[in-house]
Amino acid sequence: MSAITLTDVSRSFGQIRVLQDIDLDIRDGELIVFVGPSGCGKSTLLRLIAGLDRPTSGSIAIDGRDVTKVAAADRGLAMVFQSYALYPHMSVRQNLAFGLENARMPRAEIDARIAEAARMLEIAPYLERRPGQLSGGQRQRVAIGRAIVRNPTAFLLDEPLSNLDAELRISTRAELAALHERLAATMIYVTHDQIEAMTLADRIVVLRAGRIEQVGTPLELYNRPANLFVAGFIGAPRMNFLPGRIAGSADGRSTVELGGAGTMLVEKVEAAAGDHVTLGVRPHHLRLLPAGGGVAAEVTLVEALGSETILHARTPDRQSLLAVLAGQQEVAAGETIHLEFDPGTLHLFDSSGLRLQPLQRDSGAR
Amino acid sequence: MANAAVGLAARAGAIILAPVGWLARVLDPPLRLMQKAGGQNGMVAFFLAPNMLIFGIFVLFPLVINIAYSMTGGSALFLEDRVFVGADQYRRLFTCGNYLDPGSCAEDLFWTAVWNTSTFVVFQVALMIGVALVTALVLNRDIRARSFWRAVFFFPVLLSPVVVGLIWRWILQREGLLNYMLHGIGLDPVVWLVERDWAFMAAIGVSVWAHVGFYALILLAGLQAIPKDLYEAAEMDGTRPARVFRRITLPLLAPNLLVVLVLTLIRAVQIFDEVYVLTGGGPGTSTLFITQYIYEVGFASLLRNPGLASAASILMGSVLVILTLAQLGIARKNEMRSKKG
Amino acid sequence: MSRATEFLLRRRGGERWHWTDVFTWFWLAGGLVLMFGPALWLVNSSFKTPAALAEFPPTILPYVTAQATVEGYDRPLPLYEVAGEDGRPRVLAEVRRIGIVAQMVDPQEPGETIRVNIRDRTPKRSVSFATDNYVEPFVAFDFLLYLRNSVFVTVMATLITLITNSMAAFALSKYNFTGRSAVMLLIIATLMVPLSVILVPLYSVISAMGLFNSLWGVILPTVATPTGVFLLRQYMLTIPDELIDAARMDKASEWQIYWRIILPLTAPALAVLAIFSVVWRWNDFLWPLIVLSRKEVYTLQVGLNTYAGELNVQWHFILAMTVVTMIPVVLVFIFLQRFITTGIAGTGLK
Repeated sequence: MSAITLTDVSRSFGQIRVLQDIDLDIRDGELIVFVGPSGCGKSTLLRLIAGLDRPTSGSIAIDGRDVTKVAAADRGLAMVFQSYALYPHMSVRQNLAFGLENARMPRAEIDARIAEAARMLEIAPYLERRPGQLSGGQRQRVAIGRAIVRNPTAFLLDEPLSNLDAELRISTRAELAALHERLAATMIYVTHDQIEAMTLADRIVVLRAGRIEQVGTPLELYNRPANLFVAGFIGAPRMNFLPGRIAGSADGRSTVELGGAGTMLVEKVEAAAGDHVTLGVRPHHLRLLPAGGGVAAEVTLVEALGSETILHARTPDRQSLLAVLAGQQEVAAGETIHLEFDPGTLHLFDSSGLRLQPLQRDSGAR
Repeated sequence: MANAAVGLAARAGAIILAPVGWLARVLDPPLRLMQKAGGQNGMVAFFLAPNMLIFGIFVLFPLVINIAYSMTGGSALFLEDRVFVGADQYRRLFTCGNYLDPGSCAEDLFWTAVWNTSTFVVFQVALMIGVALVTALVLNRDIRARSFWRAVFFFPVLLSPVVVGLIWRWILQREGLLNYMLHGIGLDPVVWLVERDWAFMAAIGVSVWAHVGFYALILLAGLQAIPKDLYEAAEMDGTRPARVFRRITLPLLAPNLLVVLVLTLIRAVQIFDEVYVLTGGGPGTSTLFITQYIYEVGFASLLRNPGLASAASILMGSVLVILTLAQLGIARKNEMRSKKG
Repeated sequence: MSRATEFLLRRRGGERWHWTDVFTWFWLAGGLVLMFGPALWLVNSSFKTPAALAEFPPTILPYVTAQATVEGYDRPLPLYEVAGEDGRPRVLAEVRRIGIVAQMVDPQEPGETIRVNIRDRTPKRSVSFATDNYVEPFVAFDFLLYLRNSVFVTVMATLITLITNSMAAFALSKYNFTGRSAVMLLIIATLMVPLSVILVPLYSVISAMGLFNSLWGVILPTVATPTGVFLLRQYMLTIPDELIDAARMDKASEWQIYWRIILPLTAPALAVLAIFSVVWRWNDFLWPLIVLSRKEVYTLQVGLNTYAGELNVQWHFILAMTVVTMIPVVLVFIFLQRFITTGIAGTGLK
């Protein structure tokens, strides 16, 4: 019932172009997450959809209706703000009722909706309190409640968890997911935290410097990042990057030179000999080789967490590497270790940072 | 008690504001339509309109036509009935044998007022700042019930100039309280408001009495903003109190002192109300100040001359503009300094 | 008692009295007397009869000479205490005085006239408050009218000030529009233009609008105060913009945002401005003096000043009416001074 389509949307503030040529289809009922570092334009994009701000060019449509010039109030959307933006001088009940009163809804229906939302969010005991008398988590629920009672065509959530402490954030995240399940409403969720994005999203939109870097499901982004930025942004700890050079190609394979750390054969990629590439591998995909071979590196720090061991290491040409190894490992700082990984988990990027697609899999890092 | 009063005031306010709230609700539907038609910018214009309209009619427009007034003659009230005389009014104000001797001037009262005001400004501002500074220093000491003492000095600030004038007229009269007290310590009584010099000093004293609490408050705020550890550091260094005052307190208080200086200057130049009630400008013309001169030439005297009053008011306005610009300049400099610091 | 002494003699730490301690004590005590004394003396004097006011040296308490109606005399006669021949004091009524001899009668036995040297008699007096000083100006003169005018001017001017200033401050703090800095500059510029500079042209504007001798002529020029707009704008800048966004999402109109969201949240600043506006408008003198020339429209301040000049200085009435004029401001002082003083320290407003 509420698909949102953005076509060629740009927004400039004076000379500064905050968003450029955004094309995006948000499907009905999906929870889509805008993620990116601060200043990437994700909040501006949300405000454009909300109608709190107008695009410099391009158009926004909800269910096929062009709403580019429609006021925020008339778009039928509801928003949960980062600061919650609860009216401090009104009780929780008045906060929930304010929007409904403005829509001239009959009193009885207002009360019914508030009761329903209060039950769903378990905020009934605080209805007569002011926001100032609530804890952070309670305020957050009220902010969500204020959106729910409106029965909007879509929910817009602007970093709704960023003001909560770590523990509360995790439990609220789960509740939000459950809420989305139950309401089956379109939700647009903005965050800078990729873990939130991975856990909540049906699809993730990665933004950087006003442009969309990649759109896809969480696992698509994790497994096949379109470029270096997405590869580095999605997944924790961050993916390891090693600079390399294509030495040559033969038999459907390419040889990559990792300066000083050895060479390896990878599935042939569309790159000429001599091209500089970046090789990416996630810390979880690295394994310790008992003997030589693989990528040699000197351990600089060992973090033993019990269930896993995190190794900080440095290759001979001073590239830092991070490896997350299962269980407990007998390794000390200063030792030289050899790391290997499944070539299927390897990512290659060309010199402009775009993903190089291997054609098929093969064994082997040497 | 204070809370009860605030509650009571809030309730009274609520009663007064009830019709306003009703009006606001009734206004909403038409204003919504207006917002639909005019958009957000239309609403901005709507919000600004009442204030700017009143402001334009009663401040801006008079300010502009004041210049026109100052170039016309006669006693007619409305501009269209008045005769253009060019710079005659200004020429008349400045026709003088010797500026220091009002008797030699065409407008002797103007120059009497100018010199009276100048003398008044010099002495009143000096006395005001001195008393305000001492009061602020005293209030900044480690005294108990500081807010009570602060209130003591602030009390006269709220009194109306008419009340101030009448209180002191009552005390300074020939058989008043002050003369009784002089009598009590064996001094001869003085007819304060009848002797020229005493009346002038009374004008200075009364205006300081009425306003010093306000400036003391500003200076006190400045003193309290000086970090305590500076004083502790000075004490550890064994610095003598006089030196602490000169090297720490004064420099750090300088921004506030400048603000107070400019404010007192601006207000002293315009002195009128309480002195007018106290002395009526007398005896003779010994306490006639510029604003009273403008008032009397423009409105009160038999031979009203609005053009002359306008010209005089523009001259006074120019002085005030210079002083205010100085104030804004100081404020900006302070701001920049505090940003840097 | 010892607490009071301790309070008064408290020093600043140290073992011995430093001269600054003495000076502080002297300054505070002197300030107390000098700042409150005159007003108290005024209140005190306002309860004295004309006869008591004319006395020199003045008495602290308002005394009246006791009188008695004596059979055979039309007027009440003043009572005196006289030392009798047997040394016992007697209370006699004075019939008349010739030179240094007073003819007196005993109120109980009015038939006999007693001659007493005036140095041997002292007036029999009692403390009494001359409340007539207050009642008569209200009943016989126009002071009730002046009071009503003053209240009208103060309330209307304050209301209009609050509404127009807060609307303008809202526009100037929460919207980005072309010309905003120009409007701000204009407002700053008029801070430099006190009323006394535009008296003549303003008078002609008021007259042209038919507002001469009208209370609205007093009210309107004072309500567009740049200080008020500034104060409110500074405060509104601290209200988060997200609240306004939230209200817009909640289908609130801009007008609703103003009066349901912004106004309630600006209440503290509005209260400060309201208090100041009440004091300013109540105390206004020069402008009402110019605009109001008919007695029916005088405000208290103008009425009082005229009265003090007109009526061959009937001090007992003037003093009483001065006290009445002072009362609202003193109430504001007693209940709200902490509010005001912190407001001034924070904003530099007066």
